[in-house]
Amino acid sequence: MSTDTAQRTAYWLRRLGAAVTGGVARLGYCARFLVAVLWHSPHAFRRIHLTLREIYFAGVLSLVIILMSGMFVGMVLSLQGYQTLKRYGSDEQLGILVALALVRELAPVIAGLLFASRAGSAITAEIGLMKTTEQLAAMEMMAVDPLARVVAPRFWGGVISMPLLAALFSAFGIFGGYLVAVPLIGIDEGAFWGQMQAGVDFWPDVTDGIIKSFVFGAAVSLIAVFEGYDSKPTAEGVSTATTRTVVISSLAILALDFVMTAFMFRGAA
Amino acid sequence: MNRSAIDLWVGIFVALGIGAVLFLALKVGNLVTLDRAPGYRLEARFDNIGGLKLRAAVKAAGVVVGRVEGVRLDPQTYEAVTTLRIDREYQFTKDTIASINTSGVLGEVYVGLDAGGDTAMLKDGDRIAKTQSAMVLEKLIGQFLFDKAQESRPQELKPEEPKPQEPKPQEPKPQEPKSQQSGGTSVGRGAPQGVKK
Repeated sequence: MSTDTAQRTAYWLRRLGAAVTGGVARLGYCARFLVAVLWHSPHAFRRIHLTLREIYFAGVLSLVIILMSGMFVGMVLSLQGYQTLKRYGSDEQLGILVALALVRELAPVIAGLLFASRAGSAITAEIGLMKTTEQLAAMEMMAVDPLARVVAPRFWGGVISMPLLAALFSAFGIFGGYLVAVPLIGIDEGAFWGQMQAGVDFWPDVTDGIIKSFVFGAAVSLIAVFEGYDSKPTAEGVSTATTRTVVISSLAILALDFVMTAFMFRGAA
Repeated sequence: MNRSAIDLWVGIFVALGIGAVLFLALKVGNLVTLDRAPGYRLEARFDNIGGLKLRAAVKAAGVVVGRVEGVRLDPQTYEAVTTLRIDREYQFTKDTIASINTSGVLGEVYVGLDAGGDTAMLKDGDRIAKTQSAMVLEKLIGQFLFDKAQESRPQELKPEEPKPQEPKPQEPKPQEPKSQQSGGTSVGRGAPQGVKK
């Protein structure tokens, strides 16, 4: 009986060990992949139309969903914030609340999550399918490096699109908040903008948001191209890789957001 | 989709994004104030402006008639000098009183203008002579407590006399010695003090 218990314990320990070593190996592979992508990046900028095409697919085609969600998030923030602020008679502070919440946190995070599900999954599926249909292998046969031709432009397309999308999300969110606060609720327009301008600084509030969105863009793009490139060359493998992209990049965004906010946080000191 | 169309769309996208960043910088973050609404400027000096901020409202009879455009400290007199931009359609008399008010307890701070009966009107660049400073809540509370302490107790005792009887039956018995303890020095005032707390 004791040997049975020991064997079972050993089995579970072995599985744990395998999971950890597998994870670490994958992380290492991903890091080496990032270095390789960066190494091939000059190609993506020498043949700029490749990158522009990816900015079009990742950025321009995500515009509608980003702008719509930004507007609605701003409108909801305004309504909800008003309910609470009204209790303390400080509903004039609504502008600050909407702007700070959007610029610092919500715009980078929600735009990042939407970007991961809208563009990241598409990138993974595209690269995975290219691998499955052996297009990547064919490129290598023709002495075209798929990292330079396929992966690097998609990576940079995402990195460039993401901060722009987050800034647009902020702007439209604040506009949506304004629409609810001033014409609908009837808060004084000057107080709305004035309090906002008094409470929001370009440096560090807006720049923090831009840095965050840039990091999220890099993380989502890397995860997307890596999962696509690393997917099993089967229909099932591509679907698994696409799912993994969305799950991992969403978790990465939230975790990175916490870490970056902790570093940028200076309220208590 | 051909290459020039993609270029065009990416160009629009990047321009929009840069526009959004500019909007955040200028309109939200207030790097530069954009609007220059027409109007005339008045100056008002206050001993204390409390929580008055730039772009706060200037109100007369509750109607917004302008904005606070500048706040600075006069280094000689240690007064706060505020510049008020008033809409051109509103004119105020020379003896207008400017006061710093708060809407609600924690609400927005604004400048209130109360026009007087003078026939001459304030012009651009004029100074409002009569001002009333912000009421700082802590000072008010301190003043109130001080006044209350000054108003000696016998006055309070009479109107509050019926009160001690009402709460007393509701109070649980263990509190009885407590109120006497707080009364401390003089037995007669023990009960009303205990009630006040």
